[in-house]
Amino acid sequence: MTNISDQLDREDSRVRHDQGIGGAVRAFLDRVKSGDLGMLPVFIGLLLISVVFSSLNPVFLAPNNLVNLLFDAAAIGLISLGVVCVLLLGEIDLSIGSMSGLASALIGVLWVNAGLPWPFAVVLAVLAGAAVGLLYGFLRNKFEMPSFVATLAGLLALLGLQLYLLGSTGSINLPYTSTLVKFGQIMIMPAWLSYICALLPGAVIVYTGMNTNNRRRAANLSSPGMSVVFAKAIIITVALVFCVYYLELGRGVPWMFAVFTVFVIALEYALRRTKWGRSMFAVGGNAEAARRSGINVRGIRMSAFMICSAFASLGGVFAASRLASASQQAGTGDVNLNAIAAAVIGGTSLFGGRGSAWSALLGVIVIQAISNGLTLLNLSSSLRYMITGAVLAIAVIVDSLARRSRASHGRA
Amino acid sequence: MTADKGELILKLRGVSKQFGAVTALKDIELDVHAGEVVALVGDNGAGKSTLIKVLAGVHQPTEGTIEWCGKPVSLDSPGTALELGIATVFQDLALCENLDVVSNLFLGHEINPWQLDEVQMEVRAWTLLRELAARIPSVREPIASLSGGQRQTVAIARSLLLDPKIIMLDEPTAALGVAQTAEVLNLIERVRDRGHGVILISHNMEDVRAVADRIVVLRLGQNNGVFTNETSHQELVAAITGASENSVSRRMARKQEEAV
Repeated sequence: MTNISDQLDREDSRVRHDQGIGGAVRAFLDRVKSGDLGMLPVFIGLLLISVVFSSLNPVFLAPNNLVNLLFDAAAIGLISLGVVCVLLLGEIDLSIGSMSGLASALIGVLWVNAGLPWPFAVVLAVLAGAAVGLLYGFLRNKFEMPSFVATLAGLLALLGLQLYLLGSTGSINLPYTSTLVKFGQIMIMPAWLSYICALLPGAVIVYTGMNTNNRRRAANLSSPGMSVVFAKAIIITVALVFCVYYLELGRGVPWMFAVFTVFVIALEYALRRTKWGRSMFAVGGNAEAARRSGINVRGIRMSAFMICSAFASLGGVFAASRLASASQQAGTGDVNLNAIAAAVIGGTSLFGGRGSAWSALLGVIVIQAISNGLTLLNLSSSLRYMITGAVLAIAVIVDSLARRSRASHGRA
Repeated sequence: MTADKGELILKLRGVSKQFGAVTALKDIELDVHAGEVVALVGDNGAGKSTLIKVLAGVHQPTEGTIEWCGKPVSLDSPGTALELGIATVFQDLALCENLDVVSNLFLGHEINPWQLDEVQMEVRAWTLLRELAARIPSVREPIASLSGGQRQTVAIARSLLLDPKIIMLDEPTAALGVAQTAEVLNLIERVRDRGHGVILISHNMEDVRAVADRIVVLRLGQNNGVFTNETSHQELVAAITGASENSVSRRMARKQEEAV
């Protein structure tokens, strides 16, 4: 064991260095106090929602209801994942709902009406989304058009295209026997696979934690110690195994949600561990600084809009497979708001430069839980809209207050 | 790699820059050697910023030659200047406040783009900061939590990351307190001792005379003499304003009369 003050990053005696589990907890409390809330609002929100709704209607926490909740969450979650990308840059896309509706119409037209194989139709729908994103990026880069205006125009234009494609019939039913519809309605992961997936994150945390620890020690940097890593891995593993066990009491874990989770993990990796992700945060934090550092700011913006619209399309495909139809109503109503609210509730800032892919997953569970609970209470959609609107407003207020607090505590 | 000490790195001859009818720079001569601090002083509108921008590749000169290590070059974009080894620390620093020190240092030049090598980047960050004897409490804190002087340090360290031959500092001490100014001046001397050429722009004559090996005065877009740090304050002011009888000397004289 090297003497602590010999380590490269431990030379400055003015700084308190937190060690071990106690230190990790203390650092976490400090962060929360300074307004760096992270995932905390989500867990508090979920706790509140569970208590309130299950006391009003015990069905809310029944395993099968939660399975349904996950089925419903996947589509909005995917859309929200794209929203995270544009929010990171401090931009917004208001046309995600219309884009998802257009994608479901494309599936109906290309697959059912034109007879293309469904995977092909899905790929075309996602490509159409990427093309729309390309257009938004172009408008933003070339004409400095604020993204909320460009995408507001897109909202209407894409909705028009969706209505045009669906024509006079207004909706196209997707065949129930097809894989795509089964995927959206009944396909469940085998129990053994669910349990393996529940164990995997803990194993990955221990493995990478050990790796990082060893590398840091070899490089003469302080290492956080394995106790924190093990504690984290144990908490996460226990939580996940419990979730899977509980869901297995009902139908089990939907494939749809598993696929969504894979996309979340992929995006999280891209944002945290690649140069592209670092550039996204840099552009969101200070675009001029990013430009002078040699980052292709226009390219990064373009990529974010393309990813956003492509995820919106894929979300639309998921929604169509969930409903087994492509209709004029797809993607309208509260889809836009829910997807943006999910990202913000999960902790992605509307002001750019802060966020994570996990916020889409956690946020969408909160949003879906609210919507599911209100449906169980037999509330009309008028009340549901009002309540969801209020939740979004609260999420944005929390975001703004946390931002102000971070600024006064010297954190970005 | 840095050049041998004293070797001539940058040589400007007859550099002119016109913006339409306005001649911003005329027949500028400038030499920068390895391991020396050249201060660029002059009044507002003397052409300091234009000259810096020409060297940073932002503006292209209308006339004249720029020689880099004995070879004529054209600096046609900021990228070319960076590749040659001319780094610029802008007055507004251009740091991302939401990212930590390591991310800012390596922004745009991350090690291992597809799987960022955080450990190696952190080691290099600490090594660089230690060479500069810089006092940054933690490289994993966001820039937002650092003081003005510490930010300046990070900006200077970042410009050194690609191991340039020359670094240009635009008003590095303008917004800093007494102690922090001293820190930055120490930093400039350490950068010089590492064998880099330094071009320093400042309005603060005290700072300039403290660290500069040569003081190049610009006036109305032209060279107006080269001085050393032994030159008196009055002489420098005279060169900057273009007359020994100027507003500064008149003010001094008036104050002296009042004192008597």
